[in-house]
Amino acid sequence: MAEPEPQAEPAEPAEPAAPTPILEVSDLGVRFEQVTALEHVSVDIYPGEVTCVVGHNGAGKSVFIKALCGLNHPSSGHVKLDGEQVSLDSPRRARALGIFAVHQDLALIPLLSLWRNFFLGAEPVHGWGIFSEFDAHYARTTLIAEMAKLGVDIGDPDRTARTLSGGERQAVAIARALHHGARILVLDEPTTALGVQQAGTVLRLIRRTAERGTAILLVSPRLEHTYPVGDRFLVFQRGHLAADLRKEEVTRDELSEMLSGGGERHEIEAALLSE
Amino acid sequence: MVDRAIALSQLWQRWTNRVMQRPEVGSVAAASLLFIFFSIASRGAMVEGSTLARIFDTAWPYGIMAVAVGLLMIGGEYDLSAGVMVATAGTAIGIMAVEWGLNLWLAALLSLFICLALGAWNGMMVVRTGLPSFVITLGTFFGLRGANVALSKHFTGDALIENLDEAAGFDSLHAVLATAFGTPPEDFRVSVLWWAGFTIIISWVLWRTKIGNWIFAAGGDPAAARANGVPVSAIKISLFMLTATAAWFVGISNAVRYTSVQAGQGVGDEFFFIIAAVVGGCRMAGGYGSIVGPSIGALIWGIAFIGIPQAGWNSDWRWAFLGVLLLVATLINHYVGQRAPSEHGD
Repeated sequence: MAEPEPQAEPAEPAEPAAPTPILEVSDLGVRFEQVTALEHVSVDIYPGEVTCVVGHNGAGKSVFIKALCGLNHPSSGHVKLDGEQVSLDSPRRARALGIFAVHQDLALIPLLSLWRNFFLGAEPVHGWGIFSEFDAHYARTTLIAEMAKLGVDIGDPDRTARTLSGGERQAVAIARALHHGARILVLDEPTTALGVQQAGTVLRLIRRTAERGTAILLVSPRLEHTYPVGDRFLVFQRGHLAADLRKEEVTRDELSEMLSGGGERHEIEAALLSE
Repeated sequence: MVDRAIALSQLWQRWTNRVMQRPEVGSVAAASLLFIFFSIASRGAMVEGSTLARIFDTAWPYGIMAVAVGLLMIGGEYDLSAGVMVATAGTAIGIMAVEWGLNLWLAALLSLFICLALGAWNGMMVVRTGLPSFVITLGTFFGLRGANVALSKHFTGDALIENLDEAAGFDSLHAVLATAFGTPPEDFRVSVLWWAGFTIIISWVLWRTKIGNWIFAAGGDPAAARANGVPVSAIKISLFMLTATAAWFVGISNAVRYTSVQAGQGVGDEFFFIIAAVVGGCRMAGGYGSIVGPSIGALIWGIAFIGIPQAGWNSDWRWAFLGVLLLVATLINHYVGQRAPSEHGD
């Protein structure tokens, strides 16, 4: 469908990154049986920022994200939301606190219409008792309005989710999370399965969402996607937070170097050359 | 003017698109065409009141069952025990009323509990084991097929239970479940009204309530539905219990209408219910379908069942017709299902 037009909606004034963090993670650790998956992670997340979580497979980035979404239970450390300590022990609890995850494949039900998908599990009803009806009119108009806020013309709300392009699917999932009260939005590899154009659309959407004051945690192995939209980069290595860098402090090549093995590789090369 | 014409044509196109995309549109077209065809082939005998009465009288038990089985199919499951469960309900009410002398209303209530328990068993086994409902309910099918006849013989000495009209409470229960309107042979049973009411209520639940949304989701993608907080297991168990309730209703309705029960009946009927649901546009893999569709599917069966002999053909052709109907309907649904995404430029 239609690409979001930049002039379709006047860009809302970008809120300056608030000086107070929305989420404070201190000394977070996760253990599975005897294996330490994550240790000593301390980081602050700010509203209005895109915080990119990067690292190899097994470096601990998805363990970190899952802990924030209530999908696994930290063995140490604590998390503060708005300065108050919270326990994120289930996805439901995390959602109630405003932490929403958008998963690549569990986002939308293909054969269900968009408005039904948008409110699945949180259907607005009107009427009384057993006669209460799913308010379809409210659902349709809210879907269109929420998509318009993101600058996306979604078209017929009665079309099924499988008619959406990969980019549109992400857009609907993001809009749904925002509508249901997301203040911290965790996006798990939102552009991995997308072509260049679709990925561009989604990244622009992510930028716009952050500018409206949402804290975004973006997990992606593709630096060419994350670097342009990111404000901060959390580099995970071997279960540790190896680096926490603002965009001004690091170039794309330096980040790329860190991710491709960095210092370790130089050591290996040096060792090989000295033979 | 030109703008207005364009806007109108767009509106028309959008409306026709929406109608053509309805799951039951194929069954409505098929029912209409078949009725016209048999009306011509029977030289007008199809449109006589007595023939119409027989069509609806043939269709209603299949209609009530197809509505429940269709909803279960949209929720992603099958019930192969639905046919013999009709006989279970009849056998149970027969044994309790005739042999034990219970009031028919009480026997009907206890019979309902038996059916609900069987439906809950089907649902729990499917949800707990994760095995295909095809296998679980096939087991229930054989279990009930044996138990219906064995228990009937054990308690009454026969597989045929008769004289339900001598039990207490017969007149009032007969009035509710089997009253006839009109003068024979142009008489319609109240069961047809129950069928219509059941269709309307279940259709409303599916399309207009949040439970309906959950049923679509549970059948379409259970993992994603769970991730969004839908109680998938509870939905599936409830759908099996609803199917059992429909079987109970049909079973006791037939029992009081004919005042006798054949414990061995119902074998093979489960396929008619599934065919009616599929012809009515329910997707075999779940997540898509309608309720009016299965009802129309049952009506198609009534039209063919009565129409084939009316047209002067050997009534054995009914079975061949049913086979062709199933294949054609499934092919059309498959074709439409594949077309749908490309229409939107996926």
